Amino acid sequence: MKVGLFIPCYINQLYPQVGIATLELLERLKVEVVYPSGQTCCGQPMANSGYENESEGACKNFVENFKNFDYIVTPSGSCAYHVKKHYDIIEQTPSVKNVRNNIYELCDFIVNILKIKNVGATFPFKVGVHKSCHGLRGLRLGSCSEIVGDSYSYIENLLQEVKGSQIMPLSRADECCGFGGTFAVTEEAVSVKMGKDKIKDHLDNGVEVITATDTSCLMHLEGLINRNNQPLKVMHIAEILNSQIAETI
Amino acid sequence: MSHPKLASIFNKDEQKVNWHDKALWFVRHKRDLSVHQVKGWETLRELGHNIKAHTLSNLDNYLVEFETNALKNGIQVHWAANAKEHNTIVHQILEEHGAKKVVKSKSMLTEECHLNPYLEDRGIEVIDTDLGERIVQLAKEPPSHIVLPAIHKNRHEVDKLFQEHLHTKPCDGDPQYLTQEARKHLREKFINADAAITGVNFAIAETGGFVVCTNEGNADMGTHLAPIHIACMGFEKLIPKQEHLGVFLRLLARSATGQPITTYSSHFKRPMNGNKMHIVIVDNGRAEQLGRPDFRKSLHCIRCGACMNTCPIYRRSGGHSYDATIPGPIGSILSPGKDLTKHSSLPFASTLCGSCSDVCPVKIDIHSQLYKWRQIITKETKQPFVKKKSMVFMGKLFSKPKQFERIGKIGRWALRSLPQSMINAKPNVWGKSRDLPKGPKQSFDEWYRNRMKKSQ
Repeated sequence: MKVGLFIPCYINQLYPQVGIATLELLERLKVEVVYPSGQTCCGQPMANSGYENESEGACKNFVENFKNFDYIVTPSGSCAYHVKKHYDIIEQTPSVKNVRNNIYELCDFIVNILKIKNVGATFPFKVGVHKSCHGLRGLRLGSCSEIVGDSYSYIENLLQEVKGSQIMPLSRADECCGFGGTFAVTEEAVSVKMGKDKIKDHLDNGVEVITATDTSCLMHLEGLINRNNQPLKVMHIAEILNSQIAETI
Repeated sequence: MSHPKLASIFNKDEQKVNWHDKALWFVRHKRDLSVHQVKGWETLRELGHNIKAHTLSNLDNYLVEFETNALKNGIQVHWAANAKEHNTIVHQILEEHGAKKVVKSKSMLTEECHLNPYLEDRGIEVIDTDLGERIVQLAKEPPSHIVLPAIHKNRHEVDKLFQEHLHTKPCDGDPQYLTQEARKHLREKFINADAAITGVNFAIAETGGFVVCTNEGNADMGTHLAPIHIACMGFEKLIPKQEHLGVFLRLLARSATGQPITTYSSHFKRPMNGNKMHIVIVDNGRAEQLGRPDFRKSLHCIRCGACMNTCPIYRRSGGHSYDATIPGPIGSILSPGKDLTKHSSLPFASTLCGSCSDVCPVKIDIHSQLYKWRQIITKETKQPFVKKKSMVFMGKLFSKPKQFERIGKIGRWALRSLPQSMINAKPNVWGKSRDLPKGPKQSFDEWYRNRMKKSQ
């Protein structure tokens, strides 16, 4: 099994620890991972802003880097969704089809391809799960509150097995945090209000650490938490699953 | 004004945003409790979707079938290509009968056509009889929600408004008193009305009849008392058969308010003896929307308002921030089809979270259509210079890995080294209320390269 690691542009530049945790975790799970060095971005920032055409170069660069892997794994539901859903703007060569078919968000890959639930992590904290929208309603990484059906969640499947961590239920289980890419800037007032409300829900429910499949949501929430000096931390799920923090009594 | 501007004005009063959000979330939550009790809810949605898709693809035949059967029933059928024709037709009918006083039950179509001011200008009194609609009519405002038109007003505001217009006593916003007074006021209007106008929720081709859903019974009060009933419908309200009603009536009220069914589902088929019944079938841009492959599904909409209740942006920006007849997510995919420039900010008033598509009872892919409108808007309307240039710049940057690395390095240095006051100053909109992350010394790329070197 040949696995290519895709580290989204902003994680690469601003949150390298998330990339490192992802790589170390996959290696610990005995996956042979390669990180292609010419990768940049999936193209989402331009496309979601209405400039799909400007993202073609990024799409092609992505395909070039990842066309020869059995699986592409990334610590981002949003980027994986973008490749799957919106790479219809470039010619559908076998390489493009492969890439769209083989890209997986990290938790999805661990639960459904590796078929592992206990990754051997220890993380003795009260955790609030932020179910990032593109992963949830795009990739269906879990059931959402709107749809009637069986309840499931890949991120929670993994977290439940993490020693010491306790998943805290929220009042609004899967409401958007308000990041939304350029929305965070163009609709600043609403974006900030959504983030504040989201943080309050976590605080009201005794959460110590907010986690998610996407660092972009967490960057927005962290920005607010830091500005307002709130007693919360954000960590990508890869960082928790790669944690070996000793349990304190 | 654009959506972001109006939304930021709405957000100046955080308490108001909080109760607006909570009131609508309460409705969304009621919807959840209700639909999760229905076995086969997802199958119902699928059925609703397919019936609508089928009807829209065979609309020519079904419209003719409906007209034929309605005429047989003694209903007079009128066709209006646009809002102006619709208003003219309605006015002519009223004029022919010398009708001066009109009661109207909820109809988003007549809002869309601006019927009220048209009739008022011609000396006709039009009274909206749905309580919420009456409230906004008295306040001289458009509805801010299609099911809950006055959701942006709290009971104290209604108290003041009624004191002013209905001469009620101050009551500290007592809802029971206010409702009773509204009831008295409206009773008089019902009794004296010369004509009743209603919307149409579903028109049935097979029978030539139609159904109007209300919770207040105001459509029945109006139409049973007045000698003339004019029903106005957009052509997408058509369904082929009577048996399809069961699907939509089950979907509609649960999605709208969490009720199993609206209090009144009134079936109209023929006029009462001596009375007149008219139906005005309106296009007003619908045929054009039907001709847009990416957006035709927006015509599936049954106007339940669930996408508004679920939308985290709608709840925190208010219906008026959309400056369109139909606000919220569904309005944001309908309105650009009518006036792309005026409504160009609406498809961007979304994080593309997808909740609207998942809550929609007829499975309209609302968030995908928002994405598609964005692609059109950036091409066909004027865009801010900075936005356009930065997108072109980013597009180029991300297609050249070496350049990406170089720029990333500079960016990280700036975030790490420059003082916060400088980083968060204008024009960094992000920094107004949020910190930016500290720029790390090493990117993942650099860390990975070092690691490879060490292992060699």
